[in-house]
Amino acid sequence: MQVVINGEPKELDGPMTVEGLVRQLGINPQFCAVERNKMLVPRRQHGEVTVEAGDSLEIVTLVGGG
Amino acid sequence: MNRYHKQQLFAPIGEAGQRAIQHARVLVCGCGALGSVIADQLVRAGVGVVRIVDRDFVDITNLQRQMLFDEDDVRQQTPKAIAASEKLRRVNSEIIIEGIVGDITSETIRELAADVDLIVDGTDNYETRFLLNDWSLEKNIPWVHGGCIGSYGQVMAIVPGKTPCYRCILPEEPDPGTALTCDTAGVIAPAVHVIGSLEVSLALQLLTKTFDDSKPSIWHVDVWRGDFRKIDLTGLKEAGGCPACSGGQRDWLHGQRGARSAVLCGRNAVQVTPSSRAKLSLEKFRQDWQQLGVVTSNPYLVKLALNDGTSVTLFGDGRAVIGGTEEISVARGIYSRYVGQ
Repeated sequence: MQVVINGEPKELDGPMTVEGLVRQLGINPQFCAVERNKMLVPRRQHGEVTVEAGDSLEIVTLVGGG
Repeated sequence: MNRYHKQQLFAPIGEAGQRAIQHARVLVCGCGALGSVIADQLVRAGVGVVRIVDRDFVDITNLQRQMLFDEDDVRQQTPKAIAASEKLRRVNSEIIIEGIVGDITSETIRELAADVDLIVDGTDNYETRFLLNDWSLEKNIPWVHGGCIGSYGQVMAIVPGKTPCYRCILPEEPDPGTALTCDTAGVIAPAVHVIGSLEVSLALQLLTKTFDDSKPSIWHVDVWRGDFRKIDLTGLKEAGGCPACSGGQRDWLHGQRGARSAVLCGRNAVQVTPSSRAKLSLEKFRQDWQQLGVVTSNPYLVKLALNDGTSVTLFGDGRAVIGGTEEISVARGIYSRYVGQ
């Protein structure tokens, strides 16, 4: 199924949770914020909310340097 | 024509906004790369009192991006808060600039941030940010968060009671060793300048009461890729579940969380803080250390460079920066050997 991640089209094997997607992308789920279809997914729902075909996702890693 | 003429011409600020800026008292937490940009712009903007707090001293690897410092500061190992405030007093002598050499902890924050209207984040670690967030919520003081690594970073304004807080986005500190740091991923000057500037933009909006807290968002920028993304945070606070702003927990402020040692971002160094604050005689250490290695000093610190490439830089409050290692246990060992407990 096709989704858009950070503005770029991407092919996924099938529906998966936000957490599953984040892990598959190799991002540490501890410090990222995920917006699905213009709505931020609260962290504690990352394991419940499912990514579906056609979804648009923005994933931002919150970095700590300065 | 006054020095703020161009800034006042900018309609969202105007004369009223400029007066608000000049009456404001702002705490800049950390004066490394982000903090240099932030302090510089706040001083030039005419903020009435700019308090700059930093725990570190100027190192040669800072000069690539920390534009308030120069090679003289490196040679003299000037504490960043002192170097920055001395430089900025030459930029704007009409305001009060306070340079404070010290660490921001659950104890010291009560003094450093008691009387400010706004806090701006120039820190290089998650722990201090959770502390700032706790303080902000507890005292109803807004703060502007910014973080940066490599070519990218994020900024966000936090208004207690109105917008989501830092912990809404990041519920827990990342486990040690799991987060990217400036040591592993590096950082480039354009990134810190853009992120620091965006923080000041939010700060000026908050000071002039033009910030729209009904549309909270986090901005992500990558200066290498040319990405600018804005993530809408509307409804996140209302969704509840945040231990800090919904649950009232102040884990960092109440000292339940937070270590006494911290790896300094990009420095191959660890700061060790004694469990109780001390008032040391730096002169005594300067003399005692003469046989152990190369000793240098200035009014704020004494440095002992050891033969094995490590070093101890001791401040009057008992803190030390242990150079040449990123291992907290190694640093603590060196501290107890040369400074004692």
